[in-house]
Amino acid sequence: MSVAATANPAVIKISNLSTRFGEHVVHDDLDLEVRQGEIFAVIGGSGSGKSTLLREMILLHRPDAGSIRVLGVDLHDIEDAAALALRLRWGVMFQHGGLFGSLTVMENIGLPLREHRELDDAAVDALAAQKLALTGLDPEVGAQYPSELSGGMMKRASLARALVLDPELLFLDEPTAGLDPESAGEIDQLVRKLRDQGGLTIVMVTHDLDLLWQLADRVAILAGGRVAGIGSMTELAEIDHPAIRKFFDGPRGRAAQVQTQELRESVVPQSAHLRSSSWKPK
Amino acid sequence: MRWRTNKLVHFTYLAAMNSVGSPSPRISPLDGLGRSAVAACAEALALLSFIGKCSVALGQWVIHPSRIRWRPLLHNIASAGVGALPIIGLLSFLLGIVVAYQGSGQLRQYGANIFVVDLVGISMLREFAPLITAIIVAGRSGSAYAAQIGTMAVTDEIDAMRTLGIAPLEQLVLPKILALLIALPLLTVFADVCGVFGGMVMARAQLGVGFEEFLGRFTKVVSVTTYLIGIGKAPVFAAIIAMVGCFQGFRTRGGADSVGRQTTRSVVQSTFIVIVADAMFSIAFSALDI
Repeated sequence: MSVAATANPAVIKISNLSTRFGEHVVHDDLDLEVRQGEIFAVIGGSGSGKSTLLREMILLHRPDAGSIRVLGVDLHDIEDAAALALRLRWGVMFQHGGLFGSLTVMENIGLPLREHRELDDAAVDALAAQKLALTGLDPEVGAQYPSELSGGMMKRASLARALVLDPELLFLDEPTAGLDPESAGEIDQLVRKLRDQGGLTIVMVTHDLDLLWQLADRVAILAGGRVAGIGSMTELAEIDHPAIRKFFDGPRGRAAQVQTQELRESVVPQSAHLRSSSWKPK
Repeated sequence: MRWRTNKLVHFTYLAAMNSVGSPSPRISPLDGLGRSAVAACAEALALLSFIGKCSVALGQWVIHPSRIRWRPLLHNIASAGVGALPIIGLLSFLLGIVVAYQGSGQLRQYGANIFVVDLVGISMLREFAPLITAIIVAGRSGSAYAAQIGTMAVTDEIDAMRTLGIAPLEQLVLPKILALLIALPLLTVFADVCGVFGGMVMARAQLGVGFEEFLGRFTKVVSVTTYLIGIGKAPVFAAIIAMVGCFQGFRTRGGADSVGRQTTRSVVQSTFIVIVADAMFSIAFSALDI
């Protein structure tokens, strides 16, 4: 366990979580805590339940047992009004962006404001433009439709939309998956910029070793339905657990592991192995 | 770079093969039958629960009309209603011609030419117009609903909608149901008109029954009840088509092939349920003697 972050209060507290899909047990008595202001990463092999865990934290999937508290609110049997209030306090960037194809980028970014805030069109556009600029997109991109964007631009636009209500908590699902090394590097920088602005807690699910080594304050490895290890990457690298060793052993094995995992998960070929080849243990 | 591209293509191919020809072990026919029966029952239950959710949400719209999302509603009325006019007009016109033509041979033998009015009027207004309209709309709009929602599910748009605090049911499903509830009865009226006109054209050409003579008898033998029975079925068909289309869209899992599969299912299922419902209407009406 990392010592540095213990002072901060927990933003997410998961205890005794169990999830099953039919016979298949995904989470078996899992406990996890995310603290305020940290960048927390969840990693694990395919089928280890990390995406399901993320979906459970953002009210998209109901666990079979156990409790999840996010921002002090218990997600179990939450009322619709409370769920809505909670949803407005966090932002989510989806793996495929999740931008609405029928709306332009600006309309996409402004949508949460139009839905939930009493603002006129000019104010919505001004705020959306500000977030667009924050994520490093050109103003011209705002008028384009999601189908016209590259993968990297799509993720940034999605991030801009996730940030438009100034959330306290940001969830990133595979922020760099499917991107070329350059775009992935830019996402790294963007996440770092967000962290440096302070106040924001970031939870991400990723396979990207660069992102993990450079940005994650703490990392949890899921294996066998539980947290096999938790701590900074340097701490994890020393733990002797089969699931963890699989992740760290040998540059080639590691690169292949990343590549196959991501292939299995998204079918879209990843270029993460290109980036991780430049990785050096600290 | 070349070899890498090839390797990646190969990997993608392998991954795709894996997901299509799943490596699941062979199952016996009896086992398969049981599994598909359970799956069918589970789907029926899921559909029932979806209908329930839609009804509750629709009820809330009725209580709080300020929550109605007008933009998608009007857009859906235009695309499902106005857009379907040409095809529905043409097909019901042709159907009217066919009915009159098939009847004309028999009627002429008995010298009962004028009865073509009864034949065309009652069969079109009561059965054919509502049914052909529902089937065309199921193929045209029901499939589009399933494909639209299915694609949105695949690209995380539905999840994104939920996390942004917008209920997909209110944004995507209710406008479609309401739009079809409004559009389908109107389309049925249009099909009535075109179908009867087709019958009139054929009656004049084949049986020497003029337009004036036809319409003169039409008002006498075709009651308002016949007309209302036909129109009355339309909202039921509309609800079936919209709900089945949206339901199948939400059941899309995985990738693009699943979107296609669910779209096909939506058309097959809604057409099937519409015809079953029509048969049940017939039984109910004969029991009620109307």
